[in-house]
Amino acid sequence: MTAVVVSGAGRVFDGGSGAGTVALADVDLTVGEGELVSLIGPSGCGKSTLLRLIADLDAPTSGSVTVFGKPADRAREDQDYGIAFQQAGLLPWRSVRANVELPLQLRGRAGRAERAARAAELLALVGLADFADHRPDQLSGGMQQRVAIARALARSPRLLLMDEPFGALDEMTRERLQDELLRIRASTGAAVVFVTHSIAEAVYLSDRVVVMSPRPGRVVATLDVPLGGPADRAARGIELREDPAYFERVSAVREALHSGDTAPDRVPS
Amino acid sequence: MSRRWQRSGKRIGPALAGAAGVLALAAAWEAYKALVPDDGWVLGEVRVLPRTSDVAMPHLWDMAARAAEPLTSAPDSPPLWLATLQGAGFTLGVSAVGWVTGVVFGLLVAVLMARFVPARAGLLPWVVLSQTVPLIAIAPLVKRWGAQLEIGTFDWQDWMSVAVIASYLAFFPVSVGALRGFTSPDAAADGVRLDLFRAYGVGWWTTFWRLRAPSSVPYLLPALRLAAANAVVGTVVAEVSTGLRGGLGRMIVEFGASASADPAKQWSPIAGAVLVGLAATGLVALVALGLRRYRVEETA
Repeated sequence: MTAVVVSGAGRVFDGGSGAGTVALADVDLTVGEGELVSLIGPSGCGKSTLLRLIADLDAPTSGSVTVFGKPADRAREDQDYGIAFQQAGLLPWRSVRANVELPLQLRGRAGRAERAARAAELLALVGLADFADHRPDQLSGGMQQRVAIARALARSPRLLLMDEPFGALDEMTRERLQDELLRIRASTGAAVVFVTHSIAEAVYLSDRVVVMSPRPGRVVATLDVPLGGPADRAARGIELREDPAYFERVSAVREALHSGDTAPDRVPS
Repeated sequence: MSRRWQRSGKRIGPALAGAAGVLALAAAWEAYKALVPDDGWVLGEVRVLPRTSDVAMPHLWDMAARAAEPLTSAPDSPPLWLATLQGAGFTLGVSAVGWVTGVVFGLLVAVLMARFVPARAGLLPWVVLSQTVPLIAIAPLVKRWGAQLEIGTFDWQDWMSVAVIASYLAFFPVSVGALRGFTSPDAAADGVRLDLFRAYGVGWWTTFWRLRAPSSVPYLLPALRLAAANAVVGTVVAEVSTGLRGGLGRMIVEFGASASADPAKQWSPIAGAVLVGLAATGLVALVALGLRRYRVEETA
């Protein structure tokens, strides 16, 4: 089964004066089970809007979005995905552990002990086992973002939606978290839709990079990134970042980005 | 050297500054009284500085001495300071009832406005307008309405009218502050936390209890403090305008009437009102202490 199917989706924001702003026009996107797909493009290309449509945080004005074969709103109600944003958005009055437990506490029947066990497991996964009782404001930006990722994974979703989750972090932290994401993905097998500004990040993480262009927001190219599975990539780490095959893909994505008006079809890999 | 001084200054700072403030005020009072002639300063026909005679501005030590003397010349009369403390206790009690009532009502109005956007547009102007009604005008009305109230064996007491008036002043900052607090997640960092709660598929009330209410605390605490001050002022003024016995308001009026014969006497209930204000602020500080978990600064 596919994780996400977006077909002919458009989103027009009402300007109030009749002529609305076209944020997204006629977008088709399919994300397979366990696949990591990056959405990349300049500001205003609608990549975040597309992610919000998949998350049912916003509704398309045309076309349809299905997640695991259900309409997007059903999938949201059923908590079929986990989500993380550029801002960690932790609740500052809760401990790190309580923040990770939040989705379990709000929905579902998990008891106190069960929740605590799951939170401990997740915090170990993101390398923050020793910080469970800290408050969010005692953590660095990178650590807060790891807590947010642990929280997104709380209900073991088969789909992870990430909107520039590393966008506000410094380069070093960013690369460390990219490796961590690859590791998490290898161990959970979840599909990921990943919005980013960074070409290097998109290529390093993704099985497929979807290049978008603004006015109106649309998909201009889709590039495969055959650099191996996530476990493989995480193991190669820095070596992969220096691989000629990696550089070649980075150049291909850059070219696709800069020729924003190419015909919207698949660039062969 | 200067660092150490600063550090120790920080620790004892608030208490020291408070004491210094009181002393400075006392010194200013006595200095003014010593420097300006009894009749004040008159330029032509206009008095530009007020009188400093013992009737207008008694010496601080005269006030203190008067407080130690009996309330009246009756043989079993309690000392003035004790009567003042009793009055202050009464006023504080009525203020507290008014504050609690005002806070509960203010929170309810704020929840209503946060939940229903049309209610916000409809209610907020009335909330603001309510505060432009002069207290002196509505106090006798409230008293009269209360007197007509009969619910079974429940008997409306006059002090309840005063508490209602105090709550009328207290609810305003609470409703405005709480509304700002409840709606603060809408503005914070593109509403990422609201998106999160929506992604969890939970309803408005769960979002309210888990997100909006805790987020409102930093906005609510100053409002609660303001409400406490308003409740005290409202109580004293309502005691005056409804003529309620037992509290400081009535004492200030009564002692003021005999001020020419006994000028130091009325300063006791005025000092009592300051004490009530301090006590009210202290009680709110306790509430703030209980909510300190939620006072964290905004994180990313």
